[in-house]
Amino acid sequence: MASIKFDNVSVDFPIYNASGRSLKKRLIRVATGGQIGADPHGRVVVRALENLNFTLSDGDRVGLLGHNGAGKSTLLRLLSGVYAPTHGTAAITGEIGSLIDISLGIDPEATGRENIYLRGALLGMTKGTIGKRIDEIVEFSELGDFIDMPLRTYSSGMHLRLAFAVSTIVRPEILLMDEWLAVGDESFKHKAEQRMTEMVQSTNILVLASHARDLLMHTCNRVMWLEHGRIRMDGAPAEVLAAYFGD
Amino acid sequence: MHSRSPLIALYDIAGAIKRYPLVGMLGWQDVRARYRRSALGPFWITLSMGVMIATIGLVFGQIFNTPMQEYLPFLTIGMVLWAFIASVVTEGSMGFIAAESVIKQLPIPLFVHIMRLIWRNLLIFAHNIVIVPIVMLIVGKSIGWIALLAIPGMVLLVLNLSWIALLLAMLCARYRDIPQIVASVLQVVFYLTPIMWVPKLLPARAAIYLLDSNPAFHLIEVVRAPLLGQAPTAANWLAALALTGIGWLAAVIVFGRHKRRIAFWL
Repeated sequence: MASIKFDNVSVDFPIYNASGRSLKKRLIRVATGGQIGADPHGRVVVRALENLNFTLSDGDRVGLLGHNGAGKSTLLRLLSGVYAPTHGTAAITGEIGSLIDISLGIDPEATGRENIYLRGALLGMTKGTIGKRIDEIVEFSELGDFIDMPLRTYSSGMHLRLAFAVSTIVRPEILLMDEWLAVGDESFKHKAEQRMTEMVQSTNILVLASHARDLLMHTCNRVMWLEHGRIRMDGAPAEVLAAYFGD
Repeated sequence: MHSRSPLIALYDIAGAIKRYPLVGMLGWQDVRARYRRSALGPFWITLSMGVMIATIGLVFGQIFNTPMQEYLPFLTIGMVLWAFIASVVTEGSMGFIAAESVIKQLPIPLFVHIMRLIWRNLLIFAHNIVIVPIVMLIVGKSIGWIALLAIPGMVLLVLNLSWIALLLAMLCARYRDIPQIVASVLQVVFYLTPIMWVPKLLPARAAIYLLDSNPAFHLIEVVRAPLLGQAPTAANWLAALALTGIGWLAAVIVFGRHKRRIAFWL
């Protein structure tokens, strides 16, 4: 059982430039009686998301659509629990997994095997779980003997295959993705595609940010169109995609 | 749950403690990454620390006219402890800034990053501490049972460094000039605290300022005194305990208030 309920959620980003961030500026502001600041707290603020209201429940496959800067990434970070809403409440139940930046935490000097443990631990897996599945991960990545070599000796394709193999081993209840992951050469791509489909099928809620029309059409059963941090349209994929792509 | 209550802080810290295998792995990886492909590995720090202690010991032992048997163990333990304290504090101020990519991507308890840097420095400390028995052997000083008191002393020291690192990590994520201030303050504290100089040589009046009212002195003393064969004074224990209590209280309140904002500051 997984659910996501956003109630009047807004996110404000404080903007600190080099001087606004310094202690000097803060002290001077106190001395001058707070005239420099713009908002009540004396900060320049950018509103990234404004008054989002929606509920997601089991079976929802949501596509996020919108131009650069519309708030897709901020919304994904909010969903993953990295950001907390500035206003409103975001109630999220269910174990969250994200396929955003799958190479995060990977150490180029460590061997492939060490990196599997490292990346796995960051994703919340225990040593025991990884130990049980390591053969499967190694086999999937098709790295062979390279698995015991330092990662810096890998080609970028091998690097991605390893990151992909570890990151897709988890089966979260809520899955967050920023664009579909496509890795490797033709034969691996096919395998990866299969793994992704499996992962998407087993998750209760999928949130996928993408600009690819066909992908959203095939994968999602609901599409949200974000514009300037607000939901411009929220509905069936066919309808929203048609409006967004202008036909 | 109120969005700024200390409960948030406690929840985060408890979550971090539960993920100690991750902390252990990341800390080890940091140490290994630093010394990969070097033959001596982390013992390079031990070696350079040893050379430094020998040099300072020779020069200042002469200046202060103190017998080596007394001065060298005092200096060694003080320096090894100070190296640990100073690097936890300096790295603590970069605690969240250095972990930016992880903080912005994965919802891992933030205190994990603090525990990671403390663990990493404890590992390095464990390499440096090797110098102490070597020096003791050279000068022919024995370690008694009282040395076991250094264990609770070390626990107190680590607890105090944890809240200091947590507070500094937050403060420095928000105000980016603090790391520089921290670096200079550390320098000053090093000279104010009896590490290179022996407290006995101090005139009685100055002792009140430099020893009794210096928190760093009490924190070092609860570990150093037992290793030198003396029990720390009641004042040392009380000061260290009080500092732990007050410091953690402040850290939990501040962390609870701002925890949710930290990701935005990075």
